[in-house]
Amino acid sequence: MKCQKCAKPATFHITDIVEKGKYREAHLCEEHARQHLAPADESIEPPAISELAKKLAHSVGAQAGQAASGSASDARACPVCQITYLEFRGSGRLGCPHDYEVFRDELMPLLENIHGEPRHSGKVPKRAPRNTRQQTTLIQLRNELKRAIVAEEYETAARLRDRIKGIELEQGR
Amino acid sequence: MTLDDLTKSSGEWLKGTGPESDIVMCSRIRLARNLADFPFTNRASRAEKAEIEAHATSAFAAAKLDLDYIDVNALSPLDRQFLVERQIISRELSSSEGPRGVALSSHENVAVMVNEEDHLRVQYMLSGFRLAEVWDAVNKIDDLLEEQLAFAYSPQLGYLTACPTNVGTGIRVGVLLHLPGLVQNKQIDKVFRALQKINLAVRGLYGEGSQASGDFYQISNQQTLGKSETELIRILTDVVPQVLHYERNARNTLLTERREHLHDQVSRAYGVLKTAQRISSEETMLLLSSVRMGINLGLIDDLSISVVNELFIQTQPAFLQKLGGKELGVEERNIARATYLRTRLSNGRQAPRHER
Repeated sequence: MKCQKCAKPATFHITDIVEKGKYREAHLCEEHARQHLAPADESIEPPAISELAKKLAHSVGAQAGQAASGSASDARACPVCQITYLEFRGSGRLGCPHDYEVFRDELMPLLENIHGEPRHSGKVPKRAPRNTRQQTTLIQLRNELKRAIVAEEYETAARLRDRIKGIELEQGR
Repeated sequence: MTLDDLTKSSGEWLKGTGPESDIVMCSRIRLARNLADFPFTNRASRAEKAEIEAHATSAFAAAKLDLDYIDVNALSPLDRQFLVERQIISRELSSSEGPRGVALSSHENVAVMVNEEDHLRVQYMLSGFRLAEVWDAVNKIDDLLEEQLAFAYSPQLGYLTACPTNVGTGIRVGVLLHLPGLVQNKQIDKVFRALQKINLAVRGLYGEGSQASGDFYQISNQQTLGKSETELIRILTDVVPQVLHYERNARNTLLTERREHLHDQVSRAYGVLKTAQRISSEETMLLLSSVRMGINLGLIDDLSISVVNELFIQTQPAFLQKLGGKELGVEERNIARATYLRTRLSNGRQAPRHER
């Protein structure tokens, strides 16, 4: 498909929500997509990248989210950091590494839009990543610990602290 | 090392040495890294940020990186601004809250921000066009840190970052270019559009959203996923020489076709900087840019490029206030700036109160 504004291939497919239930589709090349997404007065200075991501998140979210399950997918929260996809769309920032798993379906088209190829081909850490499940467990346990302390459940808190220490020890911290 | 010590020296990246340093002020690479078992900074509690900071600082020590840690949370707004002006920390780190800081090497080549948008932002800078050397250095630091810390990483998506625009390599490869020739012949926008077409970002001296000042422009990659670090660096090492070629052509045209005009402009700029009694930051940047080009074209021969490079940073508001030892209003700063410029420029190469 060609860009609506020039002869280059359209690599961005943007759905603008005109009003409730009414959409306008735009098929654009990268340059025109950037112009489309940027406010009118930002012609020379490119928008900050995080801003671009935010806007792309909106537009891709509007496509993927609307087609799939509407606002239900926006309201789903990450079990580890509790962020919702809606919150991410608002801020452009994710809450924890686990979000890349939780919001995988929503994020993949976004990553493809931003980077082209959504597969890492760069540096691999020498010490292979430790068990990811263990990593997210730690974040969850720390959250539970915080809650336990606020609720003055000190026995639970002590138990949680031991488990956290155990995992940290195992990780060589 | 204290911040007051920093006012007496300047970063290696301002030395004006290295290949193509008449146009390429410095080469810089930063890597975004996050500890695997903590939420990203924006979602971390104060206690978690303190823990991240503790893990980071003990990793710096264990890796024997010989860095001084500056606790940004404990600094005054003026001191934070001072570090932003020196390109050591970002505006974001300066203005955010909670435990955060920067680990700095003695010549300011290495700066590792802690609890910025990502837990760690590892930056390495060298003067001139030396991206391969910069990559070797920053990659080695990353290896050393990786022996101490478990970074969030997935085989498919690479290093996981708070913003999806940085995921994968987490790399930002950039060069800071001085392009007064292209600004004067009005070709600069054309060059930028060409760079943006190949997915490179162009920003001003002080990063995202800042207006270009002193004819300085940072060019950097936007893509971080799908290509390796060396491929992303190669895009810059292929493209930058073309920009340098256009800039040199523009300068040569000015020199051959409008030599008198150019010589007059450069000499007047130098004259004003040497004698003004009060001067704004904007005017200073504009005139320094002319003087810098004048030196490179042989129109000024009694001033070293490193002094001019330093003056771009040392005439900024926070530096002048640190030097004066007190907060100054705009008008007081304009007087202090002019005084400082007169002192530095009357002695040519020397920094009277600032010997290293």
